[in-house]
Formats: sequence, structure tokens, C-alpha cells
Amino acid sequence: MTEFTPYASLAGGVLIGLSTVILLLANGRIAGISGIYSRLFETGPLANGKSAWVHGEKGWQLSFVVGIVLAPLLLMAGGFEIEQVFTGDLTLIAIAGALVGFGSVFGSGCTSGHGVCGLSRLSVRSLAATVTFMSVGIAVVFVLRHVVGG
Amino acid sequence: MQRIIAGFLAGLTFGAGLVVAGMSNPLKVQNFLDVFGNWDPSLAFVMGGAILVAAPFFRLARFLPRPFVADDFRVPTFQQIDKRLIFGSATFGAGWGLIGLCPGPALVSVSLLSPQAIVFVLCMTAGMLFARLVASLSMRRALKEA
Repeated sequence: MTEFTPYASLAGGVLIGLSTVILLLANGRIAGISGIYSRLFETGPLANGKSAWVHGEKGWQLSFVVGIVLAPLLLMAGGFEIEQVFTGDLTLIAIAGALVGFGSVFGSGCTSGHGVCGLSRLSVRSLAATVTFMSVGIAVVFVLRHVVGG
Repeated sequence: MQRIIAGFLAGLTFGAGLVVAGMSNPLKVQNFLDVFGNWDPSLAFVMGGAILVAAPFFRLARFLPRPFVADDFRVPTFQQIDKRLIFGSATFGAGWGLIGLCPGPALVSVSLLSPQAIVFVLCMTAGMLFARLVASLSMRRALKEA
């Protein structure tokens, strides 16, 4: 069991929305984590031969990811307690990680790009993606908890 | 440089939001997906809150000539629902349900330095690179046939 936390979750959601707004209004880009993170590994200069890190998108993409990674450390330094409970062993974690990575990039987005930004833009394509990953996620948890583990 | 600072601030805010919301706890995410069992509906408030804040600004951005510190807006215009979108999203959903982590919370977990988080992120990264490879190969084949 985890506690129902409507206020904390709403506050977290507002922060996520705010982050999306910063990236949109300042940089003109979508805060889609799978897209931003996976593009960091694309190598090579821009078409005009200039460095993608200085003149292209790579610089802010890296600083965005660094910001995400540092955020929990700052919160912990401020006395915030972070709870993380995993229910599977490392093999299951590895399989899930590979599926999440492959699926989010192949389907052009995850919970942030399709779920938050896509739905905020009223994109039908993102709605289809969100309904798909939520339904499959619900089905998998149902099987894990009530069929296999029942 | 301004774009890099904006990116960093957006990342910090995003990461803090995920932690405050409870999305960095895989058990809470699985409980959210467990609608037929011990359902914890908290995470519906995360998506709801985020969309409520962001949606008006996506509308506003249409009337702005350009972003504050960059040259152009790049917002997807592609609207087609194809097999790739559905297959990819279904695969993502399966992995999300199995453990309860999606890409953002996975990156947030890295700094907690648990073996679970590190294994998840390494495998996620490999999966992403494989997806990029498959996508670029199929695009090359399509170009050759066209």
C-alpha cells in the first residue's frame, strides 16, 4: 500500500507543468524526456560542420538531463525524504528497462512527451499513445498482481 | 548559454516535480496502475496538474513570433497514428507496468545510486539506442524502395 497523496502529487504535477512551460517559452522545445535523453547519444557535428554541443541542441539537452539527476540531491539536502521501493529482482528490472527504453523511443515519446506535452497540445496522436501505454501498463500490473502473484 | 541555463532550470524543476509527486517511487506507480486492486489514484493528479499548467501556454506559444532565447519553436505537427506509435507505446507500457519506472523517474533515481536504478537506466539506454538503430535502418530501406 502507498498513501493517497493528492496535494503532493498535484504540487509535483504543477512543477512538471512549469518545467514544460520554461522549455517551451525559452527554448521553443518540447519537454519529452525519452527524446531529449536518447538524442544525447547521437554523435557528429551539425550539417554546417559546427559543433552540436555549442551551436546545436546538445548543450541544453545535456543541462536538462543534469538538472533532472541533480534535483533529488538538492531536495535531500533540504531534508526531503525520498522513498524508492522496487518490487522485482534485477533480472526483471533489466527486462523492464530495455522495454521502456526501446518502446519510448520507437513510439516517439513517453509519459512526459506524449502524456503531458502531447495532451496539453490536444494531439490525437499523443492521446492514442497515452491510452496505449496506460492500458498495457494496467494490464501488466493486473497480471503480475492478480493472476501470477494472486 | 541562455538556452543551456533554461534547459538546466527546466530539468531541475522537472526532477523536483517527479520526486514531490511520488513518481520516483516505483511501488507508487505500480499502485496507480493497479486499478483493480490497491488503487492509489495520486498520480492522476500529477498528469492533471501538469496539463492544467502547460496547456494554456502551448496555446499562447502559437501567437508568439519566437521563443525567448532560441530561434524557432519546434513543436510536432505530425498527427498520424501508425503501427510504430502503437507498437512502441505498448512496449513502453509493458516495461512501465513490470517495474513502475518511466524514463524521467529513472533518471531521477540515478543519483540515489541504488543497483536497481543503475541497472534500469543502463538497460533503458541500450533499448533506446537499439530503437534509434531500428528506426534509421527501416527509414533507409523505405528511401531505397521509394
